[in-house]
Amino acid sequence: MIDVAIVGYSVRQARELADNELELMAPLFETVRAETGLGPDRIDFTCSGSSDFLAGAAFSFVMSVDATRPVPPIVESHVEMDGAWALYEAWVKLQLGEAKTALVYGYGKSSPGSLRDVLATQLDPYVVAPLWPDALGLAGLQARAMLDAGDVTEQAMAEIAARSLADAESNPHAVRSGARDAEALLAEPLVHDPLRSHDIPERADGGAAVILATAEVARDVCSRPAWIRGIDHRMDVHHFGARDLRRAASAEIAAHAVGASADRLDVAELDAPFTHQEHLLTRAMGLDPDRTRISPSGGSLNGHVMMASGLVRIGEAAARIHRGEADRTLGHATSGPWLQQNLACVLEGE
Amino acid sequence: MSAPDPFEVTAPPVVLPPRLMGVEPVERVDTPLRMDYLASSGRHMGAYLRAMKQKRILGERCPTTGQVFVPPRGATPTSGLPTTELVELADRGYVESFCVTRVPIPGRDDLELPYISAWIVLDGANVGFIGLVTGIAPEDVRLGLRVEAVWRPDAELTESANNISSWIPTGEPDQTIESYEIVGTP
Repeated sequence: MIDVAIVGYSVRQARELADNELELMAPLFETVRAETGLGPDRIDFTCSGSSDFLAGAAFSFVMSVDATRPVPPIVESHVEMDGAWALYEAWVKLQLGEAKTALVYGYGKSSPGSLRDVLATQLDPYVVAPLWPDALGLAGLQARAMLDAGDVTEQAMAEIAARSLADAESNPHAVRSGARDAEALLAEPLVHDPLRSHDIPERADGGAAVILATAEVARDVCSRPAWIRGIDHRMDVHHFGARDLRRAASAEIAAHAVGASADRLDVAELDAPFTHQEHLLTRAMGLDPDRTRISPSGGSLNGHVMMASGLVRIGEAAARIHRGEADRTLGHATSGPWLQQNLACVLEGE
Repeated sequence: MSAPDPFEVTAPPVVLPPRLMGVEPVERVDTPLRMDYLASSGRHMGAYLRAMKQKRILGERCPTTGQVFVPPRGATPTSGLPTTELVELADRGYVESFCVTRVPIPGRDDLELPYISAWIVLDGANVGFIGLVTGIAPEDVRLGLRVEAVWRPDAELTESANNISSWIPTGEPDQTIESYEIVGTP
């Protein structure tokens, strides 16, 4: 294995951005270049994640490429996935010895369209997508299955929301925050039975940029690199009828593969858009909330950028190490209905 | 004994429940998909579209190479840096490349066949953009042909690149091909 670290991270989130995708991302590239001193000439590989269905335009990712300085030509790739999967592709590229540095980014603006409908287009196109199942309705089915089985309670979900809202207070990029106790949250009406508004992610426009580097570069450009000690992604079956809504087997396997709970874990940034999903993931990934701080950024719940929230979680987990606030952290990303796809990344400082 | 046939079907045949026997089999499903978006053009493209309403064409200058790109998007591909300076370009230039189309496009009944689409490099720009060339026979259009914009009547102007209905030959001498090299080079 080649030692690879996250050496730079920058994020931007807002309820609604008038910027186009290039204007959205260019300042983030400038920030990570300045932070690391790695200008375009020193970036060997560039990989991004975004969605044409979100943008409502074909080949929409091409537009943001201008800010990566593609002339003269660069080695560049794109995934129609959260930027966390672009990070995985870049990590593989570095493992192959084909690059020493990589710029990874993910972004999404869901404000131009209806995210609830856009998400229906990722479903099985023959028997599910034509029914246009609403994304909040699908999440509600999962929460209902967990509640009915006794896996979680509305009280536990409200406590997750209360903790996340309080944590979001200290995150300038969160789009929803404000300390409230669980009892006050539980007094709020159901908006998508059994979900209350605090159980549902607050949508945001935004993006994140990350720079990866191998050991020979990382130590020169970052005072405390966040070394990737394990990274793995898995997928649950696409067919709804074959899913157990109370489990995310892919998260269990990915967390085990990276040794998430094999050693002390200071922080786990979980890409759990819904409160019941944080509860499910915490168990699936073998995390102990008494010993591991869960999503101290306020989480995807309080600033959910479709196509970037997973990369943001990994970036936040890395930033804790950069700042010396943690020694071993977990970044997690998810995609698809009911936590269908899960990526786990364990980071360590020296 | 012959090798096993890898394509041999070993699963038992599907037997429909009685209530589905005799019904018309589904051979095809149409699943129409429509989603509406209200997209934002962004600051740079927004300035370009607003200028279009005044019959002006805006480009942007790369802060390091001085190259001019049109339409402006907010960053330059040769430096990756955000652009800060918008520049006004002439509404004339030359044909860098072209294509004569003799096949109709669904939904574009307004295009009379054959038509000429061309990559037009405006005077002062380092990249071309696409336009419809009229006022010349397809067999006469050529690289280096000088053209100028035909703007729609003032009453029809909107924040749109459609304000230029087409590009027509200016009658000037053809642009020499050596200036071809200004395109895309620092």
